[in-house]
Amino acid sequence: MTAILRAEQVSKAFGGVQALGGCSVDVEEGSVTALIGPNGSGKTTLFNVITGYERLDAGEVYVGAKKITNAPPQRVFALGVGRTFQLTRIFPRLTVMENMLVATQHTGRRVRNPLARAGGPADRHRAMELLEFTGIERHAGALAETLSYGQRKLLELAYVLVADPAVVLLDEPAGGVNPSLIQHIAARIRELNAAGKTFLIVEHNMDFVMDLCGHIAVLDYGTVVATGPPAIIREDPRVLDAYLGIAEEDLAEEDDDAAAH
Amino acid sequence: MSELKGAAPPGLRSEAAGPAAPRERPRVSGKLLRAAGIAMVAAALAVYPLVITNGLATTIAVDGVIFISAAAAWNIFSGYSGYISLGHAVFFGSGAYTVAIGARDWHLTGDAVFALLPLAAVVGAVIAVPCGLVALRVRRHTFVVITIALFFIFQLMAFNLSFTAGSIGIIAPILNWAPATYNDPFYYIALAIAAGTTALAWLIRGSRFGLQLRAIRDDEDRARGLGVRAMRVKLSAFVISAFITALVGGLWFYFIGEALPQFAFDPIFDLSVALMAFLGGLGTVAGPVLGALIIEPAQQYLTTTITNDYLSEILLGALFLVVILLLPRGVIPTGSELISKWTARRENRR
Repeated sequence: MTAILRAEQVSKAFGGVQALGGCSVDVEEGSVTALIGPNGSGKTTLFNVITGYERLDAGEVYVGAKKITNAPPQRVFALGVGRTFQLTRIFPRLTVMENMLVATQHTGRRVRNPLARAGGPADRHRAMELLEFTGIERHAGALAETLSYGQRKLLELAYVLVADPAVVLLDEPAGGVNPSLIQHIAARIRELNAAGKTFLIVEHNMDFVMDLCGHIAVLDYGTVVATGPPAIIREDPRVLDAYLGIAEEDLAEEDDDAAAH
Repeated sequence: MSELKGAAPPGLRSEAAGPAAPRERPRVSGKLLRAAGIAMVAAALAVYPLVITNGLATTIAVDGVIFISAAAAWNIFSGYSGYISLGHAVFFGSGAYTVAIGARDWHLTGDAVFALLPLAAVVGAVIAVPCGLVALRVRRHTFVVITIALFFIFQLMAFNLSFTAGSIGIIAPILNWAPATYNDPFYYIALAIAAGTTALAWLIRGSRFGLQLRAIRDDEDRARGLGVRAMRVKLSAFVISAFITALVGGLWFYFIGEALPQFAFDPIFDLSVALMAFLGGLGTVAGPVLGALIIEPAQQYLTTTITNDYLSEILLGALFLVVILLLPRGVIPTGSELISKWTARRENRR
């Protein structure tokens, strides 16, 4: 397996707060990798420095063999890294279909007529397929501002996929949505992953993460404190300490209790 | 406008969208209605100076049609991208002064002066590049403030540079046209530019470029993260907008016959074009046309018939307040929403 997305010793400070301190994360091609950690551990900041929304102070970011350190968002996207935001960001005054077509605009180096109608038949067809895939196709003609929160999450997922990025970064895809929709989103991710799409997911919903992700990286105070498959991470005392605030002594006591019974 | 009609109630897995057949009818008749409306406005504008020959009326008409282009050009940038420019008089004035200085220094007279119009447009576009590179680095209120600052820099330059002749201004060469039909050529040149600008605005709105602009208006950072080269797109729209504004600025100079710093670089121009677009419908194609046809004649009429110079400006300010407070989306979007609600209600009653 090769890493398709690599952050190496990435550091970022906001004033006196060290959001990321020498943080390294590898995302293997074809994997669903989770990035977990307590609030303020630097997960979203890592997303932001990878996708060009924040400049990093030190370290490097690579997509495949290409260095994308501090590249602007449009270039990162053109190189195959798409992302969603924790607080869903759609284009409210465009129709759902127009939202989908925004992401088809990136053309690499090919020069296209800017005055051509937005979205050729091929683009529209692909956009419609993805809307059907996510289950919001009947809203294609509606203004995006009329969508519910869950539908906006689905739209955001759909339009990131339009340009067929190699890696998709999802910032809390299950945040604030109802359980059946969480299942729906998880099923879509699994299906896409089976077709070869790579995901890096920030998520607080542990059932969602443990169920879906083959590999987990745990962040605390801006550094990776543990990595591995869910079974290992679930048992890792450093993770429990960082994430749940359970000290190792408590765990030891629990073990003793278990042994006593 | 059709997107409003297509709006379906939210709900992830409810039934497929309601019956399709009744929806088709208002859409088709809406299209017909719109085509008929456009044809009527175009026909009325085309024959106007042939029917109405009163000098004051045709003078106001020339101004009105010039402002259709100015408002539509402003809307191509500000309406589509959401970056509200209050400095477009920079380009209007630069166009006016380009024609004025060119005609003076190259001793052009009569119809030959019109040959300077393309040059005026190019000068406006060239000026827009550095202005845009500075102003478009910031957003929202800061952008508005920078455009106002740029405007005052240009007005001050017109007052103080030697080649603009300062506050004395530059007089246009005299045209030896028959007084009865003097306004007509100006009217038809202005109308041709207005038609071209409106067509371009329509073309851009539905284009890839237009979609990128409207995506920037809604969420610029999100658009960048989906591959939109925001700076390039914004700057292109700014330059196109400046090109047209300077073009009509050049025409306006020759029509008015004089370039003075306070009128070529006029803050009222900045407010007027914005108000026209807001009144008609920001970001729509027809909105600025409608806004210009309402506001510019009203303003000209008030200025020429009422002796108190400031009354028209006070009324303009008051109208701006009324539009922003009561009709923030403009006549066209609010009107079309009302019409589609009304037709939907009528369909439901059947």
